[in-house]
Parts: sequence; structure tokens; C-alpha cells
Amino acid sequence: MKVMAQMAMVMNLDKCIGCHTCSVTCKQAWTNRTGTEYVWFNNVETRPGQGYPRRYEDQQEWQGGWTLNRRGRLKLRAGGRLKKLATIFSNPKLPSIQDYYEPWTYDYATLTDAPAQEHTPVARPKSLISGKDTKITWSANWDDNLGGSEASFRHDPVLQKVSTDVKRSFEDAFMFYLPRICEHCLNPSCAASCPSGAIYKRAEDGIVLVDQDRCRGWRMCVSGCPYKKVYFNHRTGKAEKCTFCFPRVEVGLPTVCSETCVGRLRYIGLVLYDADRVLEAASTPDDEDLYEAQRSVLLDPNDPEVVRAAERDGIPHDWVVAAQRSPIHALINEYRVALPLHPEYRTMPMVWYIPPLSPVVDVVRDTGEDAEDPDNLFAAIDALRIPIEYLAELFTAGDVAPVDRVLKQLAAMRAYMRDINLGRDPDGSIPAAVGMTEEQMYDMYRLLALAKYDERY
Amino acid sequence: MTLQDPGLDSPLVDALVRTRRYFTRGEVSPDLRSLTKRGGREADDFYRDRWSHDKVVRSTHGVNCTGSCSWKVYVKDGIITWETQQTDYPSAGPDRPDYEPRGCPRGAAFSWYTYSPTRIRYPYVRGTLLQMYREGKAQHGGDPVKAWAHVVDHPGRAKAYKSARGKGGLVRASWDEATEMIAAAYVHTIAKWGPDRVAGFSPIPAMSMVSHASGARFTHLVGGSMLSFYDWYADLPVASPQVFGDQTDVPESGDWWDASYLVMWGSNVPVTRTPDAHWMAEARYRGQKVVVVSPDYADNVKFADEWLAVRPGTDGALALAMGQVILEEFYAERATPYFLDYARKYTDLPFLVRIEDGKPGKFLTAEDLAVSTSSIEEQENAAFKTVLLDARTGQPVVPNGTLGHRFGESGAGRWNLDLGDVEPVLALDGTEQATVTLPLFGEVDGSPGEATTEIPVRRVGEHVVTTVYELMRARYAGYTPEWQEPITGVPAQAARRIAREFARNAEESKGRSMILMGAGTNHWFHSDTIYRAFLALTTLTGCQGVNGGGWAHYVGQEKVRPVTGHLHLANALDWSRPPRNMIQTAYWYLNTDQFRYDHFSADTLSAATAGGQLAGLSTADVLAKSARMGWMPSYPTFDRNPLDLCDEAAAAGRPVAEHVVAGLEDGSLRFAGENPDAPENHPRVLAVWRANLLGSSAKGNEYFLKHLLGTTSSVRATETPEDRRPRDVDWVEEAPEGKLDLLLSLDFRQTSTTIYSDVVLPAATWYEKHDLSTTDMHPFVHSFNPAIAPPWQTRTDWDAWQAIARKFSELAGPRLGVRRDVVAAPLTHDTPEAMANPHGRVRDWKLGECEPVPGRTMPRLVEVERDYGAVADKYAAVGPLLDTLGATTKGITYDVSASLDELRARNGAVRGGAADGRPSLERDVHVCESILALSGTTNGHLAVQGFKTLERRTGTRLHDLAAEHEGKQITFADTQAAPQPVITSPEWSGSETGGRRYSPFTINVERLKPWHTLTGRQSFYLDHDWMTELGEGLPVYRPPLNMGALFGEPEVGDVGELGVTVRYLTPHNKWSIHSEYQDNLFMLSLSRGGQTIWMSEADAAKVGVADNDWIEAVNRNGVVVARAIVSHRMPEGTVYMHHAQDRLIDVPLSETSGTRGGIHNSLTRLLIKPSHLIGGYAQLSFAFNYLGPTGNQRDEVTVIRKRSQEVTYS
Repeated sequence: MKVMAQMAMVMNLDKCIGCHTCSVTCKQAWTNRTGTEYVWFNNVETRPGQGYPRRYEDQQEWQGGWTLNRRGRLKLRAGGRLKKLATIFSNPKLPSIQDYYEPWTYDYATLTDAPAQEHTPVARPKSLISGKDTKITWSANWDDNLGGSEASFRHDPVLQKVSTDVKRSFEDAFMFYLPRICEHCLNPSCAASCPSGAIYKRAEDGIVLVDQDRCRGWRMCVSGCPYKKVYFNHRTGKAEKCTFCFPRVEVGLPTVCSETCVGRLRYIGLVLYDADRVLEAASTPDDEDLYEAQRSVLLDPNDPEVVRAAERDGIPHDWVVAAQRSPIHALINEYRVALPLHPEYRTMPMVWYIPPLSPVVDVVRDTGEDAEDPDNLFAAIDALRIPIEYLAELFTAGDVAPVDRVLKQLAAMRAYMRDINLGRDPDGSIPAAVGMTEEQMYDMYRLLALAKYDERY
Repeated sequence: MTLQDPGLDSPLVDALVRTRRYFTRGEVSPDLRSLTKRGGREADDFYRDRWSHDKVVRSTHGVNCTGSCSWKVYVKDGIITWETQQTDYPSAGPDRPDYEPRGCPRGAAFSWYTYSPTRIRYPYVRGTLLQMYREGKAQHGGDPVKAWAHVVDHPGRAKAYKSARGKGGLVRASWDEATEMIAAAYVHTIAKWGPDRVAGFSPIPAMSMVSHASGARFTHLVGGSMLSFYDWYADLPVASPQVFGDQTDVPESGDWWDASYLVMWGSNVPVTRTPDAHWMAEARYRGQKVVVVSPDYADNVKFADEWLAVRPGTDGALALAMGQVILEEFYAERATPYFLDYARKYTDLPFLVRIEDGKPGKFLTAEDLAVSTSSIEEQENAAFKTVLLDARTGQPVVPNGTLGHRFGESGAGRWNLDLGDVEPVLALDGTEQATVTLPLFGEVDGSPGEATTEIPVRRVGEHVVTTVYELMRARYAGYTPEWQEPITGVPAQAARRIAREFARNAEESKGRSMILMGAGTNHWFHSDTIYRAFLALTTLTGCQGVNGGGWAHYVGQEKVRPVTGHLHLANALDWSRPPRNMIQTAYWYLNTDQFRYDHFSADTLSAATAGGQLAGLSTADVLAKSARMGWMPSYPTFDRNPLDLCDEAAAAGRPVAEHVVAGLEDGSLRFAGENPDAPENHPRVLAVWRANLLGSSAKGNEYFLKHLLGTTSSVRATETPEDRRPRDVDWVEEAPEGKLDLLLSLDFRQTSTTIYSDVVLPAATWYEKHDLSTTDMHPFVHSFNPAIAPPWQTRTDWDAWQAIARKFSELAGPRLGVRRDVVAAPLTHDTPEAMANPHGRVRDWKLGECEPVPGRTMPRLVEVERDYGAVADKYAAVGPLLDTLGATTKGITYDVSASLDELRARNGAVRGGAADGRPSLERDVHVCESILALSGTTNGHLAVQGFKTLERRTGTRLHDLAAEHEGKQITFADTQAAPQPVITSPEWSGSETGGRRYSPFTINVERLKPWHTLTGRQSFYLDHDWMTELGEGLPVYRPPLNMGALFGEPEVGDVGELGVTVRYLTPHNKWSIHSEYQDNLFMLSLSRGGQTIWMSEADAAKVGVADNDWIEAVNRNGVVVARAIVSHRMPEGTVYMHHAQDRLIDVPLSETSGTRGGIHNSLTRLLIKPSHLIGGYAQLSFAFNYLGPTGNQRDEVTVIRKRSQEVTYS
């Protein structure tokens, strides 16, 4: 056992309102400068939708992340490292600027400077790439709120995998938001793809960074990252990525995206993991087993043996305490409501998600009689407007069972708390039905609903 | 599943990678997967540098944003870099979520403006105007006022610069020259036309009180009119004054947590209340059930347990049907004790109404009772003491707490809701029945009809009476869930089930069912009827005045928590009273000549049961009538300069009021609104700050461009045919164009308003000034602070208006001197004037129905002194009227002398001039301190004092509510340190005592304080003549206006050569509302980067439109060019063009008009509902932004088609 510490994040998608505050505060703080106009270290996608850059999840196309070779050994999907070195001058699997979007500005000054003329002055869009007039046809968030949904459904790589028939009709409309940052993976394929060894994982907290001095701009990391969260600064010619706001984290502040999350849905914390077991877990043969495998790499910070090993491996005591109090540990391994994003990429991502619960009941059509009793808020998971298979394709490599379990836990929490809310006797059978104790259920409620500042971070 | 020999790639690769260990500083993991490093990371210094900053300053964003979020603004090397939210709000409690962080992407993108190329850095003047002004000055010996007259009084010159408005050609000017020209315009206008020809517009003070107060104070000091905003924006829910006698009082978002059943109905919380949305998301985890009623799959539907996809504008039908279920099942079939008890105590349901001519008539009052049953005391204000039946005796009694008890000697100590031993009767025993006729309106076309029904009645003296409860039962009987299904599209069973759940939850939780409502349901012409149907649901189920229950209206609402201080300083009530405050909808309806394009008369809206009160009148006639009866304000008031009127009166040796009345009677003097197109009645000067009138809020935008500004427009409508023109209001053959002489705007960014302005002054942003912010969404007061000094030549609003005031005083002193002005003030709410019209009977002195009596049958006429040379002195000091008259809010007068002493000490005293020795208001911080010191919510002494004053009227104990904070005085420094929770005060209706969450009317319910209504209770029934005329005495269903019938527009769904006809809605925009504007590059980058219209796939297919195609939307009001967003989330037949998309960003020329495509309000226009003009009667009396006609815009339709995809811009 080699104990290492990792800063990790959980986002509760059930609370995400898709407001993009995280994107804006992150952009303002980090990538609001020449060379990174198109870069959003943090972006928010409407799902179903194509994502940013579009269709990044289509690894048939982009060849990001890891896969297993014939011998069951982990290899970069884009080819082994030897191949990478051999083909270093040709990298065909890069998204083009059009796949992100062609950033633009406007001729704002004309509003002030326009001479007397026939028409009202207008600020026309100008490409920030060419400097010329442009027609805006794509952006980092083009299909926000199901805008242009015909295309976004047709081209959503996740939807394409879902076997259930998902209709694109007004009555069946559904959506949710997926905020994304760098996953700060335990098994980062970007780092493994870098011919210059410029991408490294900080030993003390696992934050994955690009060494700006060493980066030679090969952009293999851009291709290698299946989440497309490494970006190329076209001015400096270097790769850049989300830094988990290390200058803030180091002084005890949460990341910008977390602290400014007005939905209060982001949790940050330390987890301990066994570095010796990462490779083995990432090599789990069956994609559907990767969620459990990844979970099992994380160590129980309350286990005395782990605490001793952590001390041995040089992890300070207060870090161990932090790991014990970590909301991340609670959400991933105690309540088991957080799930990794695309574990099948085998990078062991460290940004996890609580899947969105609602809306549960569908009464737009039909007689209107077949809805749930207001007191019974958890029996209708099967009637979710969001197809559970879609969530499973995102979080559990297609295995619906864990997603179903999580949603039932959330629904049970609502039902259980409703009794307390209305001053009735709480019903212990509700948490029991989802394998939780009443105390666990209440504590989970506290963490998810009250979500106090001091407990989120 | 574990491998025997996990590894990467192959042994050869392993070997290669292993070598890295030798030439990197980092460490390759033993399994060779990754490289880790510890220490020595100079290469990442870039990010450390990027993060470092010199200081963090607390500030926020002003005007429209109800968020009132406190922000950290980061500054490095004297440059604002970015902002993130503060997280230091006092906790809402250990057992609930907190307010941190508050802020949305729009607020987070605000700092972009500071250095953006759209920033206005210097004063600008329209080039042609400046040139002519300079010429004039040269020709007139350097006299600025004569120079201004030289330009504006010369038709050719005036036309030259007016027709150039909005078409570029702004040139730089100095502050000196710009303010001199502004001052000259004011002086000239006041001298020639009158001070009420000057107007100011700046909305929503709560979220930047000082910035609002600046120009408002100046405007009032010179005698100008400030234009209302809440009604103008159509955000005022007229049902609130109607039902509650209150402008709008709603729960803070922290109180959503207390609700166990939450309906979001026309309020898309994640978009429009972004920083508050988490309370809703989190309350679900407490077992709250969430229902969304929305025509589209809106952002909030994601959170809903149920979605009722109601057809746009038919919400009233669904609510009425739910009310029917509640009345039937929870009142009639099973008498729910909690509901009935509540109804008897807190609503007008037990009060008696006379049946007159087989129709519900007037409330029975103490007047109607035999002297034997009515004590001597009851004779005072008897017409305003309403009556109910006492179950114990079967006799009518006058309970405490009516309007008649609110004023006068006999009511002292009796204005309360204590019923004593009286047991009010709701349902009559049914031994006697009568036939009544109730008005109805066609479910689709709104055509008037009626229904006849038998209801239980009884006799009181000569009157046949029934209870409001019985009327409600009769009214609702036909409004079944089955009835509403074909109207709304919501299955009857769903409506019934949700109604039951809502009520059952309220019964079990004792009132914790809540409805969040907003623009989606409040921007319709008949929104008051929709809202009354909503409020019936929350009132019938005992949810009002309960934490976690009741209505929660969230659009444009605000709460200036320190209201008394702001009110008195902004209105300059410390120097002169009354102020001129004008209803903006009426102002523009007349002054942009929209009244000339009406094709129907006012009684088109009347009920079948109406008495013909509006017969033959146009809407303009109704306005004129309301004005002359003193119901609503009207500025400009008379067709003559009010300064001259005072001179005339003085010359004639009689009081000016007498002079005015005589002139009106003999016809030598007329109201300006009776001839709005005459030059002497035009508005001449308009100042706009903190607002974008012409790029955002101007409903009927193209009419503004044409008639107010005199520049190019795309109005396509035809004028009113001769046979339907106004009767009392004059019709000028040729409609004037370019009425306004000066459009002045102060802004930090270019908008349509600045582009069309004659003079533009560069304003400081929110990060460059001191100010105060409060909201009703949270209970805190917090501050704006400058992160940097105003850059370039920008100035804070307070400083800019002070500069204008100084220049004005300099020019005005010698030219205008000291004058007398006559102000016509409307009959005002919360004063005895609310008893001017007994029984809400219309008495028009002009028709000989009564005598013209100022303050009773016509406006109060008050003579006011204007010392024009002293305006700047007065602007910058707290005036002496506060010492002598105190400060009055909602009928309670505060003695503020102690606060004034404290202010004199804190701010320092002015030395010399007209304000010698008065507390200074020279700096914005002084104003902040003064607002805080003069308000009960921020000064515990005043809160306690106010409650004690109120106790003398109510006879109940109240002051303990504020006692815990009696010694607390929130200062500006406190608000700089952290957001400060406010103090429970009689200025508001809810209690925050002991740290509880704010919910409105909890003081009314718990302390038996009456509502400010006729009965003192929440009102289901309104017996005013015009309410009866419109068939709206009781809640009723009225569908959206039929634009086909009214204006000849095609029917929704028609597909023709010109495109498909759709309902045109303008809901709030995810990327540009509140704290943010559409032109922000971040917001544009996250959206589609320009004007867009959302449409359904079905409608798009009908006209061959694909996503992102250029389209044109055309109706009689104007033209819009935008790109289409096609989505299945939209229902067929309805499009959304989100609010506040200005024409400045990527808007090409229109194929239809050949001019620049318009804004979202280019397709709308003003339509005034006569019932909004009622005044002088109980809760239906005027107060500023409390009651007035709404600038609604939801009932509009448009034709949309695909246009050439080759767009041109010039």
C-alpha cells in the first residue's frame, strides 16, 4: 500500500441550475487573455447535447483516454507511447477550433465613434481568430437549454449509445446540466501522452499541472485527454488546463468554480488512495466494473491501518484529518451517491457527480391522474423523464444499477424528510429500503440540503 | 477481475518511460503511469501571479437586479481584474441553508464593462445640436439659456437634430459645456413651459438607493416629475393593492425552505432568481413537493415533481378551477377548521354585500345600519365601516379594523382584527334565496356574457344582502377542472389533484403551501385577474402571513428596506411636499401618441353586466377622467405653466387652488392630458439614468422613436378611425413628431438610450461608487464601495447630478429666482383621502355629478415655493421639513429629530447658503448614512417609536417586535464590514424578530394588525363602480386579448405568404437580465451572440426555418430581425424573444422596413386597463409604484418568416 492524497470534487447535478456562474468566474480568473479566448477550463453543458468541444465523448473519433490491449494491459487509446513518439509530428486527432468554437468580439467602439449616418450604429461580430466580420454559428454553449435540439440530439454521443427510444417531443422534453472541469485523474492519460514529460501530478494533492517551461506544444495531451480538458494556448504555444486553483487551494480557499457555485452543489475535499492499486483498478477488464474498482482504490481514512500507512508515506496528520472529514469521502464511499464521469475512459477521474433526480413524475399528457402522492416522493424512479440509461452511460459505463440505487436514495431522503418536515413520526423503513440507517439518511440530508460552507469544502 | 500482471503497453515502452526518471525533476510512479513532482515548481508561477492581487473591495450591482448579492471585487495594480461572491452573510440558522454565495454569471461578468470598448468615458453631445448651441451662444452674448432657445424654439433647427437622433454623430464635450447645456435646457423649459414638463426616469431604488435618489432629488427640487417604474414595467401585480392594500410584500427566498408545497407559476427561478434558486433545490430534500406551471419546458421544470404545461395566458382558468375544488371540497363538503377560522378572521369572506338590481353591489356599511344597532361611535366614517353577521345573535355588527377605524377619533385603539366574542358567519342558512347575475367572458375571444344563479341571502333593514363567501361560491361554481381543460390544456384530473394536494398540505402544515409567481403570469393585460385567482388559493387555504406559505411574487419587486430614509431624500420631502410622481405607462401612452393607434373604445373591455360607465370613452378619455377626479396623477398637469398659474392667482389676489378650480370650471384652463399633442403639453426634457428606456423597457419602442424623438421608426400601424377617436381628448390632425427637446442619459455603457440621447454623461460603474443595496430576497443591507476611482471622466450619479444642480442654480438664480408652483397631487393611499369616494362611486365634477373640491373630487392643489437659485444647496443638505413634519411611511409618522442631530454630527453641517447648518449630503456616503439613520429597519429607535405610534391606533401590543434591537443603529461602516440583518419595523408587514425568516403579513396574522384595505382584511370582493363595470368585482376568467378582433392581426396559427402567426412572448433572458446587459461579451459568448427568437420545431417547419437562420418578425408595431433558436422545448404557436435584447449587437437591416431591426419591444405597444386607473377609494388609491396602469406586453402576436440569409448592416 502506498497512500497518497488527492484533492477531489463532487458536483451534485441534482442541484445544478445551469447558470454558468462557475464558467464565468473561472474564465475571468484564468483564461480571460490572448491565446485562450476559446478556452473554458470550466464549462457547463446541457445534456442531451453535444458538449464542448462538440462530441468530445466520441472516443472512436478522438481516441482519448485508455483502453486495454489484447493482453489486457492498459494502453493509450490513441496508440502506445512508442507510436506516439514515432508519430510526434503528426497528430490527426486534435479537435479543430471549429470543434470548440471560433471566438469573437464585436466592433463596440463604433457605437461611440460612428459619424452621422443613415442608420443606428451597430456592433458587428468580429472573429478573434481572423479579425474579420463573422457570422456566429457555434459557441462553447451553443445548445444551451436544448437550443437547436434537433442537431444536439442527433450528435450527442451519449444519446447514441442509449438503446431506449428517446423522443424529441415537447411532452417528453428533459434536460440537465453537466458542469465540467479537469478531472485531475489518478491515471491521467494526458500526462502519459506527453512526449516532453511536461504534465505532472502534484505528489501532495494530486493536482495535474502542465509545466509551462517544459511544454513543447506537441498537443498530444489534448488528444490524449478523453474529456478534452487540456487546451492549447495559441499565443504561447503551450498546453494549459484547469489547475484546481492551486494558488487558492494552497492557502485554504476552495477553487473559484466551487466557491462561486451559486447552486451550492460543489464539494471539495481530500481523499486518500492506494497508489499501488491504481493501475490494477484501471485495468479492470469489464467497463461496467470500473466504477466499483475506482471506488475501491480510495482508502478509508478512518481505518487505523490506513492512518498508519499514511503517516509512513509522509502525509501530514492534518491532511489525514482532512480526509476523514472530507465530504468527498462521505459522498463517494459512505453514502455512495457520487459517481465518476465516464469511468470507461480508465483515467480514474477525480471529479464525481451525484446524478440528477428530477423531475420524477410526468403528467403533461394523459389524464393527469397517474401522479404520485405528494407524500410518496420516491417510488417513481422508473418514470423519470431523464432516461436512466443516459445517466448510466455517463457515470457507470452503462450499468444502470448504481444509478438506480443513487436516485432511490435521494428520493428516499425526500420521503423520509417529508414526515419530519410535517411533524409526523419519521418512518425508519424508508431509509432501510435503500440500505441506509436513519442516522445516515439524516446526515446525508444535512450534507446535501444544508450544505454549509464549512462542510462543502 | 484483477490482472496477474497489470501494466502499460509493453515492456519496451516501460523501459523507455523509465528513463524519464533520470532527466526529469519529478518522480515517475513505480507503475510508470504518471509523473509526480513535489516542490520547485517555478514553471507554474504564471498562475500564482495571475491569482495575486492587491486588494478586495466589497460591492454589488445596482438597479434591476433583485439579487442584491454582495461581491468581492479584486484589484491589482489599480486595475479591476474580476469578481467573486462574498460568502459572509450572517447565517440563516443552523438547521437551514445559508445565503452564501449569492451571485450569478451576469454579475460575475460585470467587471468586463470597466475597461470595455462600450464604456462611455467622456461626455458626448449630438454633433449637430452642439454646433447649433455654440452658434446660439455666440449670437446671444454667451447666454446658455438663450442659446438653447435659439435651437429648440426654431422649427428647422429643432428638426435637424431631432431627426438625427440615434444615427451616430455623437461628439465629445467637456463636463462644463455639457452640464451648462443641460442646465440651460432645464431653465428654459421651466420658464417657458413649466417645471412639470421636465421628467426623470430611474427605476428600482432598492438595489442602489443613492444613485436613484440623486437625479430624483434634483428633479423634485426643480418641480419636475419622476416617472414610475413598477407599474410601467408591468411588474406591479395590481392584484396586490386590490387584495392586500399593499404594493407588494413577499417572502425572502430563505422562507421557501419553510414551504412544504411549492408551486412555481410564471416564475422561472433558476434564470430570474439565480442566487435564490438553491433554496428551492434544497427544500426538495426536506420533502417539499414542487410543481411547475409553465407553457414551455422551462429551466425550473428540471426541478419539478410535476409539470403542468398550461397554454400561455390561460393560467387564471387553472387557478380558478383549483379554487373551485378548494371551495367545494374544503369549505362546503368538509368544513376544514383551519381554513374557516382563517377566513373569518383575516379575509372579507364574512362581510355583507348588498344585492342591487339582481347583481352583487356595494358592501353593506355602518351607514346602512339602523341607528339603534349602530353606536354613536360608528357614525364616524360610517361609509367605510363594513359589516358582518354575528353567528351568536344573527345580527349585523361592525367589527374592529375597517378603514373607518383607521382614521378619526373613534377608531383609535380599534383598528385591529380582534373579533372579541363575535363569530362571523360565512355561509348563510339558505332560508332565503335570490337570483343574481354574474359576468362571464368568452374563454377564447373574451366576449362579455353572463350567468344567472340562485344564492342564499338575507335581509338587513331595507337591503337584501349576502356574504362575500356566498358570492365566491356562486362565482366559482362554474369554474370546474373540466371547464378549464380545453382552455389551458391541463387535464382536469391533474388540476383537481394539485388543488387537493395544495390544500391538504396547507391544512396539515397550517399554511405552508406557497406559490412563486412572476412575469410569466404577471405581464398580461388581465394579469390582475390571474393573480386574484392565485391569491384566492393562498388565502382560502390560510397560507398568507405564515412562514413558508402564501404568495411570492418575483418580478421587478424590490424592497427598499430602509424605505423611510430613501423615500424622503429621493423625493426631496425634506425641502418641499408634495412631489410630482407620475404613472409612466400613462405618460408614454399619451406622449408617444400610442393613443392615436387604438382601434377600440374603453368599454370594449366592459362586462355584459356593466352599467355603461365607460360607454363612448376612449382609453385616453378614461385617463383624462381619472386625472381630473384626482384618482391618478397627471403631469404635465395643466395646459399652462404652473408657475404662471401662481402668478395669475397672486395677481388676481386669490389662492391658487381657487384660481385653478375657477379656470377649470369656466374652461379657460384645461388638463394637459386633454390635449396631449398641443405643443404646450409636450414633455420637453427627459433625463434617464440607471435605465435603458429605448433599448429595453419602452413598450411600443417604435412609437417612441417616431413621436417622442422624431427620428426614423418602423411603426406600421394605422391611426384610429374617425368614429372611434377620443370624445373628451382633443385630436390634432397631424401627429407631432419629436416632442422632446432634450434626452439626457447618464450611463457607463452605450445603449439604445445613449445612442438616441442628445447629451450623454459618463457614469461610474457599480464598482466605482458608494451606495446601499437591499432586496426582498434576503434580509440584509449591504454596501457598494469603489474598487477604483471613477476612471476617465466618469462620475458617480450623485456627483453628476450635483454638478448639474450647481450649474442649474447658477443659471436659474438670476433668471427664475424664487417662484410659486402649484402641484396637483392625487388622492393618496394610507391617508384619509382614501375615503374621498364613499362606496367607490364615480363622481365626475366635469359632468356635474359633484362639485370640484380639491382633495376630494379632484386633485389636491398645493402651492409650493421653488427657490431656483438654491437648488444645489438644497440638493446637498438634509432639509428642515423633517424637523417640523417628521417622516411618514404608510400612514405612520416618525419623529426623526434625534436622527437629524446624529446626522449633523456624523456627516458634518453645511456652512453658509440656503442650507446653512443642515446635515450635509455632499457626498454619496453622507446620503447612505442618512438613509440608514432615518429608517426603522436600520435604526432600532425609530422602529420601536413607529410601533408605539401604531399601537395607539390598533390598541394591540407591537413594539416588542423591535425592542430587541432598540439600541441598534446600522451605520454605513457596518454595511462595509458585512451584510447587516435589518430590524423588524412597521414599515413592512413581516416580522424578523428573533432571527426568523421574513414572510409578509405575519404581523397582521399574529398581532391582528389590519391590512390597509376597506374591510381591513384580505379582499376577495371589490365593490368600486369600475370594477363592477369590468365585471371584476370577484375573481373572474379573462383570456388574453384577442389581437385579431382588436387590431386586425391574423389569428395565431395562420400560415400565409408573410409567415406564420404566433403568440409573441418576451420572458426574461438567461444572459441579460438584472445585473447584466445583453452586450456583455461573456454573456454573448455563452449564448448565441446576438438577438434570437426561440421557436418550436413545428412552427419553424411551417416557414422553413432551421436553427440559427435569420428571421424577421413583423406586426403593426414594428419589425425585428433575429436569428432563430429552434427547440422542442417550445410549444407550438408561441415564440419567445427574450427581454432586453438591444439593437446595438449584430442586428442587420430589415428587409421589411429597410431600417435597423428593432428590439424586443419593437413589436409591442401599450394597452391600458381602465380599472388600473381607479383612485380615491380605500386600497384603490394612488401611491407611487403602488397602483397605476401596467405597461403589459404579453398579449401580442407577430408574423414570423425566414428572410434572406444574406444580411446587410448599412
